[in-house]
Amino acid sequence: MKVLVPVKRVIDYNVKVRVKADGSGVDLANVKMSMNPFDEIAVEEAIRLREKGAATEIVAVSIGVKQSQETLRTALAMGADRAILIVATEDVHQDIEPLAVAKLLKAVIDEEQPELVLCGKQAIDNDMNATGQMLSALLGWSQATFASEVRIEDGNAVVTREVDGGLQTIKAKLPAIVSVDLRLNEPRYASLPNIMKAKKKPLEEKTPADYGVDVAPRLEVVSTTEPAERAAGIMVGSVDELIGKLKEAGAL
Amino acid sequence: MAVLLLADVANGQLATDAVSKTVNALAALGDVHVLVAGQGGEAAANEAATLQGVAKVLLAGDDGFSHALAEPVADLIVSLAGDYSHIAAAATTDGKNVMPRVAALLDVMIISEVIKVIDADTFERPIYAGNAVQTVKSRDATKVLTVRTSTFDAADAGGSASVEAVDTAATSGLSEWIEDTVAESERPELTSAGIVVSGGRGMGSEESFAIIEKLADKLGAAVGASRAAVDSGYAPNDWQVGQTGKVVAPDLYIAVGISGAIQHLAGMKDSKVIVAINKDEEAPIFQVADYGLVADLFEAIPELTEKL
Ligand SMILES: Cc1cc2nc3c(=O)[nH]c(=O)nc-3n(C[C@H](O)[C@H](O)[C@H](O)COP(=O)(O)OP(=O)(O)OC[C@H]3O[C@@H](n4cnc5c(N)ncnc54)[C@H](O)[C@@H]3O)c2cc1C
Ligand SMILES: Nc1ncnc2c1ncn2[C@@H]1O[C@H](COP(=O)(O)O)[C@@H](O)[C@H]1O
Repeated sequence: MKVLVPVKRVIDYNVKVRVKADGSGVDLANVKMSMNPFDEIAVEEAIRLREKGAATEIVAVSIGVKQSQETLRTALAMGADRAILIVATEDVHQDIEPLAVAKLLKAVIDEEQPELVLCGKQAIDNDMNATGQMLSALLGWSQATFASEVRIEDGNAVVTREVDGGLQTIKAKLPAIVSVDLRLNEPRYASLPNIMKAKKKPLEEKTPADYGVDVAPRLEVVSTTEPAERAAGIMVGSVDELIGKLKEAGAL
Repeated sequence: MAVLLLADVANGQLATDAVSKTVNALAALGDVHVLVAGQGGEAAANEAATLQGVAKVLLAGDDGFSHALAEPVADLIVSLAGDYSHIAAAATTDGKNVMPRVAALLDVMIISEVIKVIDADTFERPIYAGNAVQTVKSRDATKVLTVRTSTFDAADAGGSASVEAVDTAATSGLSEWIEDTVAESERPELTSAGIVVSGGRGMGSEESFAIIEKLADKLGAAVGASRAAVDSGYAPNDWQVGQTGKVVAPDLYIAVGISGAIQHLAGMKDSKVIVAINKDEEAPIFQVADYGLVADLFEAIPELTEKL
């Protein structure tokens, strides 16, 4: 079974985001970038499936700026077999929307014919939580989102999903799209020898034009602003004082 | 044109808080038609009909739509889409599962987690774990969106919309529901509770997390947790508050043994009053707290519970 893993280059989750003063977006110049944390989990899961003998080949795909190569090299160093980079913009501030990403991924899938796509549940930059579901719709495949457990059984992905009320288990007929949640696994670090080896693994470069996909955004970003600041609070010295203050404020 | 709103329903019960806040968020855009999908949805449909702002309730009772499976429910919505300018759901796990699928089938871009409706095409949504707010204008013919309910008030009851049956049968068969593991609780629901008490890694163990639950029960509060507390097995996953968990905005949020990582703040910083209890005076949680108490939680929490 071939597994495809889309991985996105995003701002590192430890970086405090700064909104540009002119309201045109957030400042990504000279900011540490990393693989989207959910996508690391997806890559890890693909590798575990291969270790169990359920997967044969792992293809990582990234869409965005040329620098997304680094993200793909990380996936290769973790254990993916080869990578495809679709350079869709030269501007690090230009986010490619999930609908366009899904269309490009569909085109890749039409060529690659994987049986399983493992993607992240959410990119931590745009917080859309949409690409997997959109891709699944375009392919007419089954979908299992927010996975905290994945088993491949008799042509199905049996997936436990993290839902608001607790957990839900569903059986998704393969080929399927599974989007992964944080508790699915703990991703491995790439070892130095594997990082060296990854440099020799194949990384193919494409453009949206190669697939005939229009990536023009559907959502015009009118402005990007700082969220409302909270007024400064106070420190209290004891539990009694805390209760007093909360009563005064009408919070208790 | 009207707005089609997919209702969250679990075990035949309307998720009243989520649906009612979503109705209110969208009311300015036109008549709201609520879609209840799945077998046994009659009571939920009748309840949705009493929400002010709801002009009509559609009840698609085929069993294939039960358990909110994304593929058949998205197909159902697409079959109804022609009549609507906007198609929406609350940004719950069900809403987030189904709506992007609907959007892609209609070849439109999803607008996730809307916190403000500016006009029929323009919406505000948080990005980067709420560290920035983006205003986006959609160029698509139909707008498909999910609504972050914590930023809206609930619609009043007292409406009396009609309930109409939709006879469509589900055909997809792509995935199959197996089981739900739902924790039964007497406590209020996390996303609609007036008070939330959350514990973090500082709780130290599942056993000691119980002091959070005791405090919550004294206050009639819901219980939340940081991701670290969930990952460490102190609390179940559906208690997680944050960027990738639940977003809450109660009147009072009490964070105990939580450092205040941006991913946690993303889920609670719109609470009216925030209390932080942490033994580390440098903990970032104090920067968003209205009342901070530097203390060992194993002393402060029992004392607080006792004195309330
Ligand atoms: C992609 C991604 C998504 C994430 N999503 C979320 C999310 O949705 N929600 C979320 O919460 N996190 C999320 N995180 C994790 C987040 O980055 C932090 O790791 C997490 O919030 C830390 O939890 P914590 O504050 O409980 O633990 P810690 O940061 O370890 O803090 C524990 C705190 O307890 C205090 N403490 C310890 N003992 C005591 C005591 N006896 N008395 C008083 N105080 C004490 C310490 O001083 C410390 O401040 C996410 C991370 C990633 C990468
Ligand atoms: N530009 C991209 N390149 C590769 N994968 C992506 C890209 N955008 C989104 N994805 C995948 O889709 C998931 C969900 O992203 P989103 O829908 O943007 O929140 C991510 O975790 C990735 O697995």
